[in-house]
Amino acid sequence: MSATVAEPRAGGVAPPVRRRRAPAARSVALGAAGLLGFALLLEVVPRVGLVDRASLPPTSEILRALVDELGVPAFWTALGETMRAWALGLAIASVAAVLVGLVLGSVAGLRAATASTVEFLRPIPSVALIPLAVLLYGTDIRSTLLLVVYACFWQVLVQVVSGVADVDPVAADTARSYGLGPLARIRYVVWPTALPYVMTGLRLAAAVALVLAITVELITGAPGLGSEIALAQSGGAVALTYALVLVTGLIGVVVNLAFRAVERRALSWHPSVRGEVVT
Amino acid sequence: MRAGDALRRTLLVVALPAVLLTAWWVLSASSTNIYAPPLSQIVEQFRLVWLEGGRFTADVLPSLGRLAAGYALAVALGVGLGVALGSSRTARQVFEPLLELFRAVPAPVLIPVLILLTGIGTTQKVLVIASGCIWPVLLNTVEGVRATDGVLSDTCRSYGITGSARLRHLVLRSASPQIVTGMRQALSIAVILMVISEMFASDNGIGYAVLDFQRSFAIPEMWSGILLLGVLGVLLSLLFRVFEGRVLGWYAGLRRAQRDG
Repeated sequence: MSATVAEPRAGGVAPPVRRRRAPAARSVALGAAGLLGFALLLEVVPRVGLVDRASLPPTSEILRALVDELGVPAFWTALGETMRAWALGLAIASVAAVLVGLVLGSVAGLRAATASTVEFLRPIPSVALIPLAVLLYGTDIRSTLLLVVYACFWQVLVQVVSGVADVDPVAADTARSYGLGPLARIRYVVWPTALPYVMTGLRLAAAVALVLAITVELITGAPGLGSEIALAQSGGAVALTYALVLVTGLIGVVVNLAFRAVERRALSWHPSVRGEVVT
Repeated sequence: MRAGDALRRTLLVVALPAVLLTAWWVLSASSTNIYAPPLSQIVEQFRLVWLEGGRFTADVLPSLGRLAAGYALAVALGVGLGVALGSSRTARQVFEPLLELFRAVPAPVLIPVLILLTGIGTTQKVLVIASGCIWPVLLNTVEGVRATDGVLSDTCRSYGITGSARLRHLVLRSASPQIVTGMRQALSIAVILMVISEMFASDNGIGYAVLDFQRSFAIPEMWSGILLLGVLGVLLSLLFRVFEGRVLGWYAGLRRAQRDG
């Protein structure tokens, strides 16, 4: 299950315990040293000629290209296009997957009957649909959306279905005896149980959506960061290519951190999060 | 009763896919929409293009070769680095932010970068595949190695089991369920990157062929390529399940024994 990928974040949240302060500071310092060391390495390697400067410029040149690029309006337009496709695609896929997942998970026969189809459709590589998307929509945003929605839908759906299956039968029966209708049962019993699964699915899907949005732009030339990278590379703007790749990485980090924060807020009542704060 | 049960289960597995495929076949049979040709025509093209045409050796085999090379490279590097990072807290702290940043870079954008570094060719495509699917393996290995049972670890030390014997029998063994989880995720990423790497600056491979069909408006051929990729994805995930059953058979047995007390 995808939930088992626990990322190594030793000093992720510094809990308000005195003894923990020092290791957290140490962790930040060591991490900064790691980043700095890598930046230095990339500065030195091309300068001493280990790698051709034309294919790997020093860090300082990449950073300068990045700063220059930040002043170019076209960059912000491209960034906006990418993030728009990302947000729209993620939203459509999530809503659809949650609704379908709740239905599939709640009706026993339906879940068994659709399991094999889901298992078959899920491993189909989403990018196989790129030619189809181009054919149907050209370089329109709908092209990107088709791919993003397809890839994210399964990611969330599988999580929702296993979340719904995890509902405590005693709680479900109790709710039924108290006369809660189907909608109320979903609201008060199923949803709280499934929420941690949904959140994990959303976090994974957010990363997938970003990758897909940029990939489609890269290959089809739909406007956005991906096509900017392709343009920079084919136009020989080497430092700019690296700078834009760095930007995509930074966006990825921000998206990941943001979804982690949302997850912690939405699940502040849940033992997995409460336990994290106590210990 | 037994037989009825098995029949019911088979029916559950086959029913919906059969209904959907039949619906596709029937609904598309008289289709004149050039974007959605009849399924019969797609199947016919599938046979002509991939099985009888020269495409199997010209495109499918190179694709699979690069997939295998990139995947193997990623697993080897991921497990190796993962064991190193998992065993040292300081190393984890030094590399964590750097790895977070690298992991967040979408692997396909490395295609232009790798073209700059290694040119266009097999090396570049293999590296694209490897650079994308190393992350699940690496992160899961780190977690698996960190979670090595303390008592087992102490026992190994008391018995003087060190070096490669400790690595093989304790560390890798106890991390293997997580490593396999990472490898499963990496496999589907590898297929995706195989296709993408062939769609950008390439002259052979399944991804190239599919995009080429689309550009020349050979629609049924394009659909047959999409079908092939789907079948490939499903076959690989089935194959992996067999591999997982063999490698982790002991683990499934252990879990069962623990559950039954």
